Amino acid sequence: MYPPSFDYYAPTSVDEAVRLLDQHQGEAKVLAGGQSLIGMLKLRLAQPGALIDINRIPDLSYVREDATFLRIGAMTRINELHASDAVKARYGVLFDATAEIADPTVRNWGTVGGNAVHGDPGNDLPACFLALDAEYQAQGPKGSRTIAARKFYTDSFTNVLAPNEIVTEIHVPKAAAGSGSAYSKMERKVGDFATAAVAVTVTLAANGSVAKAGIGLTNVGPTALYAAQASDALVGKTGTATDLGTVGDLAAKAASPVADNRGPVDFKQDMIRVWTRRTVTRAIARAKGGS
Amino acid sequence: MAIDVEEVATGASPNSARVIHVTVNGVTHRSKVDARLLLVHYLRERLRLTGTHIGCDTAHCGACTVLVDGIPAKSCNLLAVMVDGRSVQTVEGLEAGGKLHPVQEGFTKEHGLQCGYCTPGMMMASVALLAKNPNPTEDEIRRGISGNLCRCTGYVNIVKAIQYAGKKMQEAPKGGA
Amino acid sequence: MAEATPIPGGIGQSIGRKEDARFIRGKGNYVDDVNLPGMLFMDVVRSPYAHAKITGLRKDAALKVPGVLAVITGADLAAAKLAWMPTLMSDTQMVLPTDTVMFQGQEVAAVVGVDRYAAADGVAAVEVDYEPLPVVVDPFKALQPDAPVLRTDKGKKDNHIWHWEVGDKAGTEAALKASAVVVTEKLYIPRIHVSSIETCGCVASVDVSGKLTVWMTTQAPHAIRTVFALVSGLPENNIRIISPDIGGGFGGKVPVYPGYVIAVVAALTTGKPVKWIEDRTGNLTADSFARDYHIEAEIGADKNGKVTALRVKTLADHGYTDAAANPSKFPAGLFHIITGSYPFSKAFVEVDAAYTNKPPGGIAYRCSFRVTEAVFAIERLMDNLAHKMNLDPAELRMRNFIPPEAFPYTSALGWTYDSGNYAGALKKAMDTIGYDALRKEQAEKRKRGELMGIGISSFTEIVGAGPSKTFDILGIKMFDSAEVRIHPTGKVIARFGTKSQGQGHETTYAQILAEELGIPVDGISVEEGDTDTAPYGLGTYASRSTPTAGAAAAVAARKIREKGAKIAAHLLEVSPNDIEWKDHKFQVKGVPEKSKTMADVAFAAYTNHPQGMEAGLEAVDYYDPPNMTYPFGSYICVVDIDKETGQVKVRRFVAIDDCGTIINPMIVDGQIHGGLTMGFAPAMLEEIPYDEQGNSRAPSFLEYLLPTAVETPKWETGKTVTPSPHHPLGAKGVGESATVGAPAAIANAVIDALQPYGVTNIDIPISAHKVWRAIHGADAH
Repeated sequence: MYPPSFDYYAPTSVDEAVRLLDQHQGEAKVLAGGQSLIGMLKLRLAQPGALIDINRIPDLSYVREDATFLRIGAMTRINELHASDAVKARYGVLFDATAEIADPTVRNWGTVGGNAVHGDPGNDLPACFLALDAEYQAQGPKGSRTIAARKFYTDSFTNVLAPNEIVTEIHVPKAAAGSGSAYSKMERKVGDFATAAVAVTVTLAANGSVAKAGIGLTNVGPTALYAAQASDALVGKTGTATDLGTVGDLAAKAASPVADNRGPVDFKQDMIRVWTRRTVTRAIARAKGGS
Repeated sequence: MAIDVEEVATGASPNSARVIHVTVNGVTHRSKVDARLLLVHYLRERLRLTGTHIGCDTAHCGACTVLVDGIPAKSCNLLAVMVDGRSVQTVEGLEAGGKLHPVQEGFTKEHGLQCGYCTPGMMMASVALLAKNPNPTEDEIRRGISGNLCRCTGYVNIVKAIQYAGKKMQEAPKGGA
Repeated sequence: MAEATPIPGGIGQSIGRKEDARFIRGKGNYVDDVNLPGMLFMDVVRSPYAHAKITGLRKDAALKVPGVLAVITGADLAAAKLAWMPTLMSDTQMVLPTDTVMFQGQEVAAVVGVDRYAAADGVAAVEVDYEPLPVVVDPFKALQPDAPVLRTDKGKKDNHIWHWEVGDKAGTEAALKASAVVVTEKLYIPRIHVSSIETCGCVASVDVSGKLTVWMTTQAPHAIRTVFALVSGLPENNIRIISPDIGGGFGGKVPVYPGYVIAVVAALTTGKPVKWIEDRTGNLTADSFARDYHIEAEIGADKNGKVTALRVKTLADHGYTDAAANPSKFPAGLFHIITGSYPFSKAFVEVDAAYTNKPPGGIAYRCSFRVTEAVFAIERLMDNLAHKMNLDPAELRMRNFIPPEAFPYTSALGWTYDSGNYAGALKKAMDTIGYDALRKEQAEKRKRGELMGIGISSFTEIVGAGPSKTFDILGIKMFDSAEVRIHPTGKVIARFGTKSQGQGHETTYAQILAEELGIPVDGISVEEGDTDTAPYGLGTYASRSTPTAGAAAAVAARKIREKGAKIAAHLLEVSPNDIEWKDHKFQVKGVPEKSKTMADVAFAAYTNHPQGMEAGLEAVDYYDPPNMTYPFGSYICVVDIDKETGQVKVRRFVAIDDCGTIINPMIVDGQIHGGLTMGFAPAMLEEIPYDEQGNSRAPSFLEYLLPTAVETPKWETGKTVTPSPHHPLGAKGVGESATVGAPAAIANAVIDALQPYGVTNIDIPISAHKVWRAIHGADAH
């Protein structure tokens, strides 16, 4: 349970970090909050030649809301995101999820960017960003690009990021009037990965029906999943029992869980069904002004 | 004040070690450390502050909890190099001027400890919890210490200990460290 | 008990603990805090396979790792005849393998380096070639004729370890046949692990004179010293075992693990102190497990619900060797306490044990040698009987309890219970929780389709091993000891053969002595755990410390009072026959103003003792209890179940405990809180499952689920006091009662909630998916 030896770099700018990553050609790992990576080093599941510690880069930790986006610096700690007034008021899904990731101490160090890109299907923020239709801004040697969260995840611990790119900011579309969102995590105990978890965002039309919806699922597939059919099916609905039944069934269909100590496949699929229904109901209630 | 505890690193590459400056319980240390050295081993083995314990290796038990710039961290899940330039408080830094911190007092008055092994980490989490929320409800306390496992007490008296300390700190706002 | 002047810190007072001063300052001294000059560090190579032949093992690459000094293998140990060691059950266990590994996580080699990081690098560099062998995981399959035989080294022809039975087989069968109602249930109590927050470890050091000192995480330092002497051939006076502060034991620190032995070998061969500290995965995958009992139980009753007979057939999975920490003459420990709180007239119990490719063990997990297994089975069956007969489970128990006037009561399986008032405890629990109102609420909720359950457990514990005729460790009788010495100024040093792991002995023993000697508790120091200074004892586990060493403290103090009375008589110039011990003083009978305190007497014992009397004031007692003690209690648990998800929430839990005389109510309450939590944990969360290949599916705290403050219910505790008639203080021991009693109450509450679905059992841990399955059936959706 002791990390192997590695070279350590603590760059003070993103450009320097990208240059170091480029020099190490895939042999380096980015050290953000370290709450997942250091564990993998101790188990020697990860044995990188070098660690690029980006904790010394200034100005990567912020939560700002402008006309178009909620902008989250990649090094924002999970507890800092939870403490943001904007998040509490308008991004319920993030407010909920940031209270459920790992435990309160781990959330002091774990970062939003790290949780979003690490790639463990049990990480909670990816499903939220899928539901929110967020984008990740990544910087590489040739400059910066944005990648839709819904196009980011390719497999467990695998994504479209090049080895010399770093995610620096997350763009969440600004919460529209009449929007609401929620995250439900079913876990065996504090500190566990989800048995099943569901992120839901909705925007209501003037008549109270859903105009726009996004549903993301945690830990029921090789990556966090965007339940596209379920999201589409929610549009135009008001959240009646029949609506919830349809949407829940479609979300369960989108899930491809594996059996483990948390339960068998049919159970996990049913939990997606149940928690989708409950979370849609909560998101709609919040959109209508409830908490 | 700077205390040099420099030691030869065993790593092969020059970039695998680093000189750090860390203030621990008010004393600044300048140390050359292997980059892979975990903060908990730096505290326990280099500085001989053995009050911070190791229980699980996977960041679940919280026995290694210390405060970094006032914020709880699991010191077995941080590298020592990550606290370069920062300030660390351990259980040994709780008592000030021969006076117990109200949290220490609460833990003994309310029988919030048995074997004592989780206690330092539990107390550090409690200190931070009360700093943020001076008058927590029982549920807020239980959530607040949920990054720390105790196998002996069943948590009942730990909750009471934190309530005791909260009350004491409210009564005398300048009491404690 | 109306004392004129209570002695400060005497029996019955909730004084603060003496040990806290160091713990709250981070000044405890645990094994990993021991730091000796030139100390080396040892780490262990573990097997990735559950069963495999080792076809090659190469040290070269590891020895080239910077900082690595030595690699120790089974072949090295075999040369010193140390590759194998005996278990506490007279089976044999590998220290390091010479040819075959028997479970995943088994120690394969050890690496000694200048620090932990170097040793870990060395471990990664040791090259081992394995040839996988067929794996036996299921103990039922292990006993089938075509199963691969695991212990060919012992000349075994199958995987059957032992068969043990007790009771009246034919009489029980007849009584069951004659019973109006019979209920049968199969219960599996899974593999669990004590997981004290401090793992195991040691520092072994040899000085120039050849004396070996080992600081180690052991609950039984003296027994360890003797075992080390017998196994290694070192003279026992040249072995010193120091058990420093221990970060929780719960039975997991009773056995001798290979790591300790290898570290001693490493210290002897390198000539330097060697520290070994186990990591959590090593702890969870190789240290002794608890339980793993497959129980099939049957009880009968007449048409009024009066119990008649009990029959139990059990298969015990011991892993590859029987390394149970069970110092009794019974291979299944005290499992035959299974008749519980009820007067079964006939009973028969049989247990078979099997070898599998899993880690060895069979330790207690905070219970007295298989008592939790027994209590869980009988209390689960009593609830099933109530449901089957459409009787309230509380009413059924009330109809059956052994009545207070029947004590001492001898059970059908041969135990003689010392004292009890079972109906009193249940009545108090029902009143505290508001039982009738809860049943009303449940009935209303059931009509609305909501799932609420109420579960009861009225357990009888058996602790305090033990009478030496039935209890020993490898032949060493299970007494325990106290050595009490009063200094000239009336202050006391007392040493004991037990070893606290958080129970608060430094305080509790001092309180007993304060009461018995009339010396304020602040003037009494208690020491344990150093075999060079403490009297011989068998250690702390199975709630035995207060029943044995606590009794020894009282008896030793009374021996001191006998001598003290003579000194007092000398000082008061009366005959010793005229002196009585009253109000914590030596008084002239009928003349209370003529008295001497123990401090007066102590000073005289060194300065002015009678001619012909030996100087000094001290006594030793080795206490061999005449019987076990039988703590008991009644627990009631209320659960609410989320019908859609299967999640169970414990809404309330009331625990009424009776442990006889209470020395320190605060400490006893703390013991019960902890015990309840270690009853809740296996009932709801903890299990180490294995897959078909023998891979552990809970090798870290990510999967081995210790409850946090959030999951843990808010315990409500209360007590009744029924003293033990044979203990000098009337005390019974309490560390484990709650762990023994709680799981059945929780499981019974869940099964009670699920009565609309006709459910009779869900194996613990009761995870959401099992409840969901019970509600929704196999073809849900």
